[in-house]
Amino acid sequence: MIVASTLTTNLAILVLAGFVGFVVISKVPNTLHTPLMSGTNAIHGIVVLGGLLLLGLPLLDGLSKALLVIAVTFGTINVVGGFLVTDRMLEMFKTKPKPKADDDAGGEDGGEGR
Amino acid sequence: MTGLPLATSFLQSASFIYVLYIIAFSLFIQGLRGLAGPTTAVRGNRTAAVGMAIAVIATLLYPSEGNWGLIVLGVALGTAVGVPAARNVKMTAMPQMVALFNGVGGGAVALISWVEFRHYGSTYGSHTVRVYGFLGSVLVHVGGVATYIAIFSVFAAIIGSVSFWGSGVAFGKLQEILPGRPITLGSAQQAVNGVLLVLAIAAGVDLVAGAHSELLFIGMLVIAGLLGLEIVLPIGGADMPVVISMLNAFTGLSAAATGIALNNPAMIVAGMLVGASGSILTNLMAVAMNRSIPAIMAGGFGGGGAVEGASGAGEHAGTVRSTTAADAAIQLAYANRVVIVPGYGMAVAQAQHAVRELTKELEKRGVEVSYAIHPVAGRMPGHMNVLLAEADVPYDQLKEMDDANPEFQRTDVSLVIGANDVTNPAAKNTPSSPIYGMPILEVDKSRSVIVIKRSMNPGFAGIENELYYEPETEMLFGDAKSAVSDITAELANI
Repeated sequence: MIVASTLTTNLAILVLAGFVGFVVISKVPNTLHTPLMSGTNAIHGIVVLGGLLLLGLPLLDGLSKALLVIAVTFGTINVVGGFLVTDRMLEMFKTKPKPKADDDAGGEDGGEGR
Repeated sequence: MTGLPLATSFLQSASFIYVLYIIAFSLFIQGLRGLAGPTTAVRGNRTAAVGMAIAVIATLLYPSEGNWGLIVLGVALGTAVGVPAARNVKMTAMPQMVALFNGVGGGAVALISWVEFRHYGSTYGSHTVRVYGFLGSVLVHVGGVATYIAIFSVFAAIIGSVSFWGSGVAFGKLQEILPGRPITLGSAQQAVNGVLLVLAIAAGVDLVAGAHSELLFIGMLVIAGLLGLEIVLPIGGADMPVVISMLNAFTGLSAAATGIALNNPAMIVAGMLVGASGSILTNLMAVAMNRSIPAIMAGGFGGGGAVEGASGAGEHAGTVRSTTAADAAIQLAYANRVVIVPGYGMAVAQAQHAVRELTKELEKRGVEVSYAIHPVAGRMPGHMNVLLAEADVPYDQLKEMDDANPEFQRTDVSLVIGANDVTNPAAKNTPSSPIYGMPILEVDKSRSVIVIKRSMNPGFAGIENELYYEPETEMLFGDAKSAVSDITAELANI
């Protein structure tokens, strides 16, 4: 029986995730570039998982523990700060109760004929 | 009393944890999809945040998890720093905030790789997730497995360190702790960057091949850090959007590499999503500036010396006409169509609310006002849109470059507020200009132009702007906020 190794399985996940990333983001309005960057920035805060996992290792010496605490701190700043800041930014885009966008666009086009 | 231990063992089983990871990364993908549309973005971001919470909980369920005190300490410190920073940052300071969050992510990756290296050979818990090390003797037992883990670890360490130090410099420049102008080593820049890259890779190869020196690992981190500094130091403020986006993609890729080294599917998917989407965003930015990513990384806008040569040669015989707030107000009040072109100057002066007031005042008089936004205006992609949204400018008044350009011919007054290079007709007319070929907002096509600017100093690219010497252009010198407020005040007197 042929069993895929951990490496090949993980590489498959890696490649597929890459394609998903490309497809999902292929068309984004300029307006949302900052929140998008800020949001993806928060998502790579996933590195905090690495710090948490390694803190479970047996036989960590003092330096390793110190490095990992810093890593977890950094990762947490990345995650918490990233999501909060993105949320703040996006809230400003949201709170705009306004008439239908297509009405406005039509009105503008008409008005420009002068 | 057998129920509780059974439940615990189920919660801590590899399959259950893996399922949680699958849910988590599905939420990331769904969240990212949401972030791509204006109406779904808020929910998208929150969806991704829920995914992150699930991923963290899943990780804490590992039976091998320990050192709870240290975990709490790290999370508490991170929250204590991150929450107030995110809450209090001004919208104008957003680019440096993003750079900072990105940098600490890269730093975390580098530190994690370092600890992995220090603990080569130890096994991780009793189930499928194991941390192999870089030690030769482990290789014998597990075949090629340890080699690939070492490769991904070293890759993550190098990229993470580049991202940490590079983001640090980007933060320094945006916060104006460091000068925003390119700091280059001149013609040696490319060679130095090349040597640093080769050295970092050589150290990495040596480590993968079984070198046991921790000093070598630290040396590799330091060299990669220097490379990060040398990549970002020569980059001027105008290229910052591209750089921040690129460093964001770097951190994503390094997170994915760490995920492979730790056999963690959530890290692989999340990191790679960011790596891929960040690369696209970086490319979009680079295209918008008509610059290739390698050219940006190779250093400086046009390579420093070339820029000075070009601006020196471009001495203009034409004259600059300056105007007053009162005259500008009259011009605007009697226009049918006004297009506002905001730039970094508006962000620096925090003039977005004043601009909104002016717009309201003009609209009361029946003037049709819209905003033309260049894709790289400001210091971060979408920077202007965020600021104007903060000031409650309706979404549909914001026009992207391709929609805005055909309209300039029918525009009576273009009001340029703190924007420079993105309006420079030299990008179309002067092949010798460093920005030649960059798509610009064709402000010079409109009937008249009012430019609000602090002085005649060239922008970050260090290039003279031909627009200011055009006969239809008038300059209103001053701080963007007070100049705009002055115009609004004068409008009331008409």
